[in-house]
Amino acid sequence: MIRSEILKEIAPILRDQLVVCNIGIPSQELHAIDDQPSNFYMLGTMGLASSIGLGLALSQPKPVIVIDGDGSVLTNLGTLPTIANNVADNYILLIIDNGSYGSTGDQPTYAGRKTSLAKMAEAAGCDRVIECQAKQTGRVLQEALDARQMTIIVSKCESGNAKMPPITMDPVVIRDRFMKAVQA
Amino acid sequence: MNIDEKIADDLIANDISFVTTVPCKQLAGVIDEIDKRDGIYHIPANKEDEGMGLCAGAWMGGKRPAIIMQNTAIGVTINTLATLIQYYRMPLPMLISYRGELREPIACQVEMAVHTKALLAQMNIPTYHFHHQADVAELDAILKYTFMCNKPVAILTDANFWGGYGD
Ligand SMILES: [Mg+2]
Repeated sequence: MIRSEILKEIAPILRDQLVVCNIGIPSQELHAIDDQPSNFYMLGTMGLASSIGLGLALSQPKPVIVIDGDGSVLTNLGTLPTIANNVADNYILLIIDNGSYGSTGDQPTYAGRKTSLAKMAEAAGCDRVIECQAKQTGRVLQEALDARQMTIIVSKCESGNAKMPPITMDPVVIRDRFMKAVQA
Repeated sequence: MNIDEKIADDLIANDISFVTTVPCKQLAGVIDEIDKRDGIYHIPANKEDEGMGLCAGAWMGGKRPAIIMQNTAIGVTINTLATLIQYYRMPLPMLISYRGELREPIACQVEMAVHTKALLAQMNIPTYHFHHQADVAELDAILKYTFMCNKPVAILTDANFWGGYGD
């Protein structure tokens, strides 16, 4: 399974939740599969999806699902200790780990070689860390929502991208409709 | 007047309840003060761009944020300021220790000090410079201005403002 197949499978779970989605092709894929006002698409700023989602989860009570990638987490590794030490039980970080920088031409990341992001999250102090195979992602994500406990999910999948159009929505529109969904 | 207390009072009076920090010696007192205040959730960040991500999320979640950092962080956060805070039009007060200015003992700090205002000007970031303790009187108005216009706003605070290094 590649990332877009995972996103298609979990779209019904994501639909009713606040979602912060990583820059590049992941946001394009989610936008094309099931655009929702409750999706915050990152159009730039690699690496910060997990941080934006944590700030959001700490500031309001609704569940927050962050869809991140292995390359993006590697670029902002300091996020893992910050997450571990600022527990928000409405926060789920779903790292779709395809072992590559998907948006830039599938160059391999270190997560696809010797580095385990799940072990790094555990070493950072995250209490509930679950590594799963791509096809289990939907079940593990639903269990994390039901557990109401901060959870880091590392979903191992194949590298590859679906061909989707860029997002042309204005960033202020994305942000404004997202904030209305937060307040709804 | 205790400027650490005055700054924390102004943050609270402006409903700022989410503050992220990357420490600097000059900022130690105000960070301590923020830690003491019940009305503020203090979340230390490991890097300033990470801190700006946290602030962006907090603001979308309904809390008013602020970041406290050193001016060297301007070099770290240009991309985040342009593509997150400015692009999505978000307010962000940045209380910045302006290292490398008068009374600075560490020569290397001057190397970023000489770029600080130029970078902020290039980014069209409204910038205020506190040099004397009395300058802190403007903080309340600067915070109101920041949340009026939904922009990142820089408040540079130099060694003279903080009372020097015991020199
Ligand atoms: Mg990847």
